[in-house]
Amino acid sequence: MSTPGIGADQRGDGKGGGSSTTFRKIGDGAANIAIREPGRFFALCLDTGRAMFKWPFQWREFIQQAWFIVSVTVVPTMLVAIPFGGILSLQVGGLIRQLGAQSYTGATAVVAIVREASPLVTSLLVAGAAGSAICADLGSRKIREEIDAMEVLGINPLHRLVVPRMLACAFVALFLNGLVSVVGLMGGYFFNVMLQDGTPGAYLASFNAIAQLPDLLQAEFKAFVFGITAGLVAAYKGLNAKGGPKGVGDAVNQTVVITFMLLFLENFLISALYFQFVPSKGM
Amino acid sequence: MGVEIRVEGLTKSFGRQTIWQDVSLTLPAGEISVLLGPSGTGKSVFLKSLVGLLKPDRGHIWVGDRDLPYLPEAQLYETRKLFGVLFQDGALFGSMNIYDNVAFPLREHTKKSESEVKRIVMEKLELVGLLGAEKKLPGEISGGMKKRAGLARALVLNPEILLVDEPDSGLDPVRTSYLNQTIVDLNAEIGATFLIVTHDINTARTVPDNIGLLFRRELVMFGPREMLLSSEEPVVRQFLNARKIGPIGMSEEKDVSELEAEAKQGHDPGKLPPIPPQLMTSDGRIRPGQHAPGAWCAAHGVTPPPGSFVDDLGRNWVEEWPRYVASMAPAGGPPPGAHPGGAPGHFPGNPPPGQQGAGAGY
Repeated sequence: MSTPGIGADQRGDGKGGGSSTTFRKIGDGAANIAIREPGRFFALCLDTGRAMFKWPFQWREFIQQAWFIVSVTVVPTMLVAIPFGGILSLQVGGLIRQLGAQSYTGATAVVAIVREASPLVTSLLVAGAAGSAICADLGSRKIREEIDAMEVLGINPLHRLVVPRMLACAFVALFLNGLVSVVGLMGGYFFNVMLQDGTPGAYLASFNAIAQLPDLLQAEFKAFVFGITAGLVAAYKGLNAKGGPKGVGDAVNQTVVITFMLLFLENFLISALYFQFVPSKGM
Repeated sequence: MGVEIRVEGLTKSFGRQTIWQDVSLTLPAGEISVLLGPSGTGKSVFLKSLVGLLKPDRGHIWVGDRDLPYLPEAQLYETRKLFGVLFQDGALFGSMNIYDNVAFPLREHTKKSESEVKRIVMEKLELVGLLGAEKKLPGEISGGMKKRAGLARALVLNPEILLVDEPDSGLDPVRTSYLNQTIVDLNAEIGATFLIVTHDINTARTVPDNIGLLFRRELVMFGPREMLLSSEEPVVRQFLNARKIGPIGMSEEKDVSELEAEAKQGHDPGKLPPIPPQLMTSDGRIRPGQHAPGAWCAAHGVTPPPGSFVDDLGRNWVEEWPRYVASMAPAGGPPPGAHPGGAPGHFPGNPPPGQQGAGAGY
């Protein structure tokens, strides 16, 4: 007497087997990526925003963190900015010479560096150096249960740790942006004058031919937004690290990748809006 | 002195995995309770739920008249000031030295002057035997010292409730004994409600007033120490005697065939070992929450295993106790059993108030 019903039942009960379980797992994963993670991230952003206006502000932590971020970003920023300016000069310089607009080399360099290059370099450094450092710091605190201990001691880690870090990140990003602009232009000047036989006077004279003050302001605005974003993503990933030291490593990795993507997206959006609202000079 | 914690129908799961369900127990005010369970039964999760670090799916945690999981954030942070928590590795702030770590809660929550802070910190450091190490960073001291420093930090705000996560993990037996003694002395000193999460049998048998056992996603039993130590319940018996024979297997639980094989081989769980006398405070003081030896057994007509309550010197503490209480009474404060926490009556299996609690049965 065969009992087919029993066999069918067993297949349904099998652990982890069956297509329905697989589908459910995939569905769970998709829901996690599409809804849950962004949802939690926004919740953290809102909580941080609320914690930002709580008194007293952690000045000490803010200054320490700002100094720390400066120390990990300034040198790499300069080292990236110099060749960036140089490459721009090399690429654009040749083209411009062919068009016979050599006297405008300076103008193109200013536009390219101030409008786009410096926010991009800033975003790379803020995400890669500052964000990863913040995430590693918070993540290791999380797995050592320091964050839990802090909460148990009645202290809100968002107010105590995340707000000063995020603001320090934004604050330093403002200066990094300025630094990239200056160093990049100096690099461009050097390459143009020394290697491409440009005239120093023409380079400097055409500086404000196309560029205008709002260009600098939008770049600084971008840098500020980048700093806030990098700080928040790093905090989110760091505070949710789990599974020991490897978990921290994963969190840092994800922080860098996610921050990069977000910053490039933000850069695009802000640029697009900027061109809508601010008319270009002389066009 | 001490706050009662009432847990009702607490359930917690991560995703589809249930950690434990319908856990109900009452931690009597001022008493030491131990929560036991095999590795991976969610003891630490339970501890974290008690301070609101994890939100349970269902159930209530009453701390005084406040239901912890449902408190708004501001009140939750306020309520947490009642708690001191000692995490597994001490959870010291790595960027601060021991002194600043211990001073941290004082500087954050009180307006005390720096000299006042110094006095309190030094007092607590002396209590845990860490004087002289206050300038060291957490990375420079041993695991045992970290734990003691964590304990000092948990104590500076004079908590009403002290939660301790595995005081014995990573410590040698001697240091564990010292730490256990410190815990008992502390309980006498500050009278807070203690909950210790551990799987150290020796700690569980000698330190607490109450024991709870988590197994298979449930609280198997919670009650006075004597109730569990004289229990015939297979899981409780196996765990408290650290035996291989019983329902607990290497991976969570044994299957039926293994149990049958054990039964066929004629393994019997054996006689219950004697109930050891409870660890006393080092100055001999009777803790406010301390139960009289043999009181639960007497109240419930349970005959403790032979040789119970006999200490190293051969004294039977059931007989010794009334004399001891009498000898201690004039010297130290109010007589034991007079405190409100001595008559807990909420958890199942508890004797009615008055029959249990230190010396009240005599």
